[in-house]
Amino acid sequence: MMASSYNAKEEDGRNSNSSTHGGAAVAKSKKPDNTAFKQQRLPAWQPILTAGNVLPAFFVIGLIFIPIGIGLYVTSNNIREIEIDYTGSESGSPCNDCSTNFTWNTTTPCICTVNFTLNQPFEGNVYMYYGLSNFYQNHRRYVKSRDDSQLNGNIKSLKEPSKECEPYRTDPVTKKPIAPCGAIANSLFNDTLELFHNEPNGRTTAVPLAKRGIAWYTDRTVKFRNPVGDNLSEVFKDTEKPMNWMKPVYELDPSDPENNGFINEDFIVWMRTAALPTFRKLYRIIHKNSSSTLTLPSGSYTLKVAYNYPVSSFDGRKRMILSTISWMGGKNPFLGIAYITVGSICFFLGVVLLIIHHKYDSRNNSADIPN
Amino acid sequence: MTWRSPLALMRDALQGQRARERELRNLVSNLPYEGLEKAKQPNRFFPSNAIKTTKYSLLFFLPMNLYEQFHRMANLYFVGLAILNFIPVVNAFQPEVGLIPICVIMCLTALKDAWEDFRRYQSDRKINSLPCLIYSRREKRYVERRWKDVQVGDFVKVLCNEIIPADLLLLYSSDPNGVCHIETANLDGETNLKQRTVVSGICPLNPGFEPESFNAVVVCEKPNINLNHFKCFVEKPDKDKVGASIESLLLRGCTMRNTNHAVGFVVYAGHETKSMLNNNGSRYKRSKLERKLNIDVFFCLILLLTMCLIGAFGHYLWLKSLPDVPPFLVPDSNGHLDDPSLTSFYMFFTMIILLQILIPISLYVSIELVKVGQIFFITNDMDLYDEETDSRVQCRALNITEDLGQIEYVFSDKTGTLTENKMVFRRCSIMGTEYSHRENAIRLAVLDEPESEEEVIFNQHQQLPRTRWSLEAEGISSIDTHRHGSRHRSKVAANAQSDVAFSSPLETEVIPDQKLLEQISRAESGSGRRDGSRGMDPHLDFFLALAICNTVVVSLATDHRQRVCTSAPSSQTNNPLEAFSNLVKKAGTLFQRKSNRNRTLSEIPVTDSSKTDSRADSNGLQTHSLHPQSAALTAALEDLCYEAESPDEAALVYAAKAYGFILMARTPGSVTVRLPSGEELVFEVLETLTFDSNRKRMSVLVRNPITKEYVLYTKGADYAIMELLGTPYAENISSIQKSIAADTQHHLDCYAKEGLRTLCITKKVVSENEYQRWLGERKRARAAIESREELIMQTSVQLETNLTLLGATGIEDRLQENVPDSIMALREAGIHVWVLTGDKPETAVNIGYACRLLEEEDLVINMSCTNKLACTSILDCTLEEVRRYGEDPRNVDTAPNTSLVIDGNTLAMAMSPDLQGRFVDLAKRCRSVLCCRVTPLQKSGVVKLVREKLKVMTLAVGDGANDVNMIQAADVGIGISGQEGMQAVMASDFAISRFKHLKKLLLVHGHWCYTRLANMIIYFFYKNVAYVNLLFWYQFFCGFSATAMIDYWLMIFFNLFFTSTPPIMFGIFDKDVSAEVLQGVPELYRTGQGKGDYNYLTFWISILDAFYQSLVCFFIPYWAYQGSDVDIFTFGTPLNTTALFTILLHLAIEIKSWTVVHWIIMVGSVLLYFVVTLAYSALCVTCNPPSNPYWILQSQMADPMFYLICTLTTVVALLPRYTFHVLKNSVAPSPLLQGRQLDRMDGSTRDQWIKEWRGFRGGMSVKRYELSDPPSPTLETPADYFPESLTDADLTGDDLSLNVITRNHQRDVPT
Repeated sequence: MMASSYNAKEEDGRNSNSSTHGGAAVAKSKKPDNTAFKQQRLPAWQPILTAGNVLPAFFVIGLIFIPIGIGLYVTSNNIREIEIDYTGSESGSPCNDCSTNFTWNTTTPCICTVNFTLNQPFEGNVYMYYGLSNFYQNHRRYVKSRDDSQLNGNIKSLKEPSKECEPYRTDPVTKKPIAPCGAIANSLFNDTLELFHNEPNGRTTAVPLAKRGIAWYTDRTVKFRNPVGDNLSEVFKDTEKPMNWMKPVYELDPSDPENNGFINEDFIVWMRTAALPTFRKLYRIIHKNSSSTLTLPSGSYTLKVAYNYPVSSFDGRKRMILSTISWMGGKNPFLGIAYITVGSICFFLGVVLLIIHHKYDSRNNSADIPN
Repeated sequence: MTWRSPLALMRDALQGQRARERELRNLVSNLPYEGLEKAKQPNRFFPSNAIKTTKYSLLFFLPMNLYEQFHRMANLYFVGLAILNFIPVVNAFQPEVGLIPICVIMCLTALKDAWEDFRRYQSDRKINSLPCLIYSRREKRYVERRWKDVQVGDFVKVLCNEIIPADLLLLYSSDPNGVCHIETANLDGETNLKQRTVVSGICPLNPGFEPESFNAVVVCEKPNINLNHFKCFVEKPDKDKVGASIESLLLRGCTMRNTNHAVGFVVYAGHETKSMLNNNGSRYKRSKLERKLNIDVFFCLILLLTMCLIGAFGHYLWLKSLPDVPPFLVPDSNGHLDDPSLTSFYMFFTMIILLQILIPISLYVSIELVKVGQIFFITNDMDLYDEETDSRVQCRALNITEDLGQIEYVFSDKTGTLTENKMVFRRCSIMGTEYSHRENAIRLAVLDEPESEEEVIFNQHQQLPRTRWSLEAEGISSIDTHRHGSRHRSKVAANAQSDVAFSSPLETEVIPDQKLLEQISRAESGSGRRDGSRGMDPHLDFFLALAICNTVVVSLATDHRQRVCTSAPSSQTNNPLEAFSNLVKKAGTLFQRKSNRNRTLSEIPVTDSSKTDSRADSNGLQTHSLHPQSAALTAALEDLCYEAESPDEAALVYAAKAYGFILMARTPGSVTVRLPSGEELVFEVLETLTFDSNRKRMSVLVRNPITKEYVLYTKGADYAIMELLGTPYAENISSIQKSIAADTQHHLDCYAKEGLRTLCITKKVVSENEYQRWLGERKRARAAIESREELIMQTSVQLETNLTLLGATGIEDRLQENVPDSIMALREAGIHVWVLTGDKPETAVNIGYACRLLEEEDLVINMSCTNKLACTSILDCTLEEVRRYGEDPRNVDTAPNTSLVIDGNTLAMAMSPDLQGRFVDLAKRCRSVLCCRVTPLQKSGVVKLVREKLKVMTLAVGDGANDVNMIQAADVGIGISGQEGMQAVMASDFAISRFKHLKKLLLVHGHWCYTRLANMIIYFFYKNVAYVNLLFWYQFFCGFSATAMIDYWLMIFFNLFFTSTPPIMFGIFDKDVSAEVLQGVPELYRTGQGKGDYNYLTFWISILDAFYQSLVCFFIPYWAYQGSDVDIFTFGTPLNTTALFTILLHLAIEIKSWTVVHWIIMVGSVLLYFVVTLAYSALCVTCNPPSNPYWILQSQMADPMFYLICTLTTVVALLPRYTFHVLKNSVAPSPLLQGRQLDRMDGSTRDQWIKEWRGFRGGMSVKRYELSDPPSPTLETPADYFPESLTDADLTGDDLSLNVITRNHQRDVPT
């Protein structure tokens, strides 16, 4: 404080010199600048929320939302979807044997079949999902238990996975690093689902299920990469498969060599952890037949399940879902209904405000004009 | 450098410590030791003159700054959480991520601190290297050194206009009388020159003072903070002691004036100097809002803990419900799973980390930023700028801006606060005869009439060159520079007459009363005979007393003082009145209309340019027309400049001058007075008994050169003088004296009723013997070092007895411009205004009416009693009366118009513990209270009492040293930088230059600051709760495992970047109602009083709203994505986006006015969110393991569902608040909203509207109630018209609720 006062003084001296030399320098006044900004007079838009002003907004919202809602609702209703629960926890259900006798370490798969009927044909591409309930893929520790740089093909991480993967980081017996490490990979869904169409003529034909194209393109090409190497088995030589796995990662898909290792799409889909405890994951795609119009004609079908995945430890359910898809995704009437409801509410409020406007605003407006 | 043992070093250090702590210090000259090593220096223990105001050093900046910052609870809390995050079992994020927010905030704070410290360092260095002259024995002369080289015990030579480098004991002055003058403006802002005297008898006053011959020991007290006291004596080798006081101390930082050069002995240097001890930084006050805020932060903490408990408990239940170990439960590295209860215990802490932002980390930083912005706008307000003194409003306390908007009680000083403190001589009474000075009164009335004209006068001097006082307005310096500037500007304004303080033409020109002139000329001729001792006519004595009995310093324009009287043409005309009125006429016609127009918004640019043009014109005009006249009349007499410590003195000296008794010169030993006859008399001044507030008088003992009598002239307050009157001469007929005293007392009472300040002038002839006896005592008192003040005062009292009354004077202290208007506005704003003054009740009541503190129709209760019993009963009676009056249902609205006038004695009794409750109860019911004859201590006592008993926001405004207590006691202290120095300003939180500025400061800036900050804080809480709850709801769907569905970085960015600027902008820029309307309708101020906008209700409503919005923001996306294959971050992205939109649009609903800045920041925030998130999710493939938001937003933005969900969610979330606002505004509009509606009208319509509305009230009927007849049922009261007025309001169709506020006025209309 003192300092500055001296500064001012010093300047005084200098200035006084210049002024005595006849300089007509203009003194710096402390007068504030008269600018709109400093005087807080910037031109401003001052909306006042009164019934009269906002009436249109409510009607516009109502008028826009209701059609959108109807559109959404109709679209959602047009989606064909069927869910087959094959958990088998209840006695008498087809997979009951498998579910009771099964543990993670069983080597031979338990096969069970579930029959179901499609009352309506499915058109276009049909998406086949498996669904799990009560499976908390979003548990904090579970979500963290992975090594993205390992999955991205980083050799170093392959040899030495991240600490986050503990306790699925190294094999307790061989002390080799696990690839892919972590709890998510360890708990990979390993049921095999096959679909057969029981044609009216008694023939049973397998429905062709496409394994590719179920994962995000960016995941398959950018996020997940195999470590560099000609031979996958050579690359993964010094690693161990996850404890619950029956096959090493480079043998996940024997039918398609391009679909092995970290870029196996089933694996990628599983690794994208679900947000909610009841979720579905895309399993296969039934492509639209070019020749016939119906992808899945109505009729009787058989689902053949290689039952590997235990869910009893968390009271879970397993489902197979067949669904067509629209621009808004799967079947979900909620959004349509919500839009219609909100639109109606807005419309109703608009009417209420109109009444209020007539009752009060007109008076206020007249009050503005002095008489 | 010789080696010294550590023991010796330690001994030395101890010795130094002792030397510094000792009550008395023995200082000797350094010269004999020059060139010796440090250990041999006698004064080595005292600090050198180098100063260091920096808080940190380069090396220790980091630890010290961290230490400072950790003193804040909030920082500690967040650092604790960040550390918690490092514990593996509880961490919620990667440990490093948890550190980011607190690091960013602490870095910002550290940077700010470092920058401030660096600035201080720079200025320190600059000061330390200022040049000064120190005597060197080796070179036998004064050599130029730097300030930091000055040591205690050195001899420093200070030249004219130089700044004094350290506290110096004045040993030699080039002035033959051994005096020099200093200007202490840098120190206390007082602009008058202070005289300092050489310590007598130390060195011969021959021209060549030899420092080397100085071999005395200076014994002085320990350094202390008091600027006006210094005790010291100089012990000569022959053991002769000579006392020295503040009169001989040159203070560091002052400027040497009027003296060619002076030599001083350094007694204190560097940090021990009085100026440095006085230099403590700005104060930290906590505002009411902040106290409230802390409570709410505490609520948030409880909320947080509750949520965490729910989380922990939920996790426990969830774990218990699992039948077996599921694959998604990850064991620790040993493959072992913890017990559910232990896990949920850990989960509690993890939850705290996850939900920590519920406690708004950035709130404190944001508030600080907002306040900086608010202060910027306050200090830049043109309307709060005072042209005359070139000063803006200063905000000295940086963190209580919003308190200005909540004031309920204003305590004001009178003199200098409500009034100009520019004293004008109005009337006098000599020997019992009243001289009314009618012509003078007419002159003043002419000046008074058109208010704008006075402004015009000052405006004319704006164009004068004032280069040398160029100012540097930055940061902390503003205070000092302001003071500096203010002096200069007042000089400029006062240029019209002479170049000195207290000397506007108004004050300096007195038109003599004809009758008195005749009387004097008669006396003159009579006294010309010089026949003996009693020949002096009392009239002559009276004016001699006026001229002599003061401490006015006369400086001549030809002196060394820089502020030389430049040619000020208008001042030197023969007939000042004529020239003046000419000028007013010319200028007035030019400006009058323009200055009125100034108020309308749109016209300002136009007005401004035209104004300056015309100003220049008039300047030219003025010089042309007046120059020839003035050139002819340049007389030496006119060059006299009077510098007085108090404006009263100056006024009296000017009055004496008008009658021809011209004070020509004043030295410590003599006073030269020029008599009307042209003769110059030199009075030997033997003693000056200075003014103090206990004696309430001052005296000067002189020796009359003609009669050789010792004469004591005393002037003082009437009650202090009247009891000292005596009959010194036995032959005098005492009855005459008595009747004179009675007449004078009568006149004094009349003066007081007119609101004049009164002084009594007396004389006493002291015999030679008496004088000698007294002188001995006086000398003894002077030399005493213990209780010197008391002794000196005692001797003064001894002499001031048996005085002969000469007469009395009445001085007018004019009201400042716009004071009645401002007070009226404050009262309308629901503020209780109290005026606390030292004046007599009559004067005070008069001023009270003049400034509309009291209204004609008010019920004025006058309380004055002599004993406590009476006081109690009066208090009880009055209270009962007022209570009944107030409770009478028909009087509800008129009750506040009660006013209380109470005097100091009664106040003291009323404030005793057993009565204070009743007194406060009474005071609470009074709209205004006037306390007279109160002491400074009582002032602060009243403020404290009201503040503590009523729990209200108080504001104290004052200008003088006597207001300092009060200013410090109030919640908000406002200092008026006026004529009485800077003590009040130094103690204040805000400093303004005129009382009228208080109106805009409170009604506009106070209101704005408060509403802005209150709304911002509420919004801040809302924002954090809303966002955190999103995370909380998710816990119900992830097994309470503290998962976040939003990437950590985006979460941190959300608070730190995406949503941090809009609230700050909201807090700085939002403007609910325009300044014009706020000032036009002061009632709007009431919205901030008491609980204001920020109270429990608004806080909890916003928290509830936050809960609702977060529920909507979570569950609409949840239901939309239920059962689908959505992954965590894909689910979190629309949540984050809708949260952003909801939070920003919520603010958009709250923002009252949208300027460019608003648009840029709002749109910018949204853009920033998308750009950063898109870039982050495109570039970060594996950069942030294990969370990986790669390509999430991109894929979402390609999905129409995303937009549909975001739109719906945002609409549903904001619908209730929006609808609520709309309904409230339409059905029951708040007064503020009506103010905003006024805003929307174009300027003229609005003005007309406000004026009409004002006029409505101005024209209300005048009612007069007397306390003696309390309202009876039969008494006609406005309530009779109540039903009628309702229909009235309906009929006129005017806004209902505006009328509700002022129902009483509305009701009064029909009467």
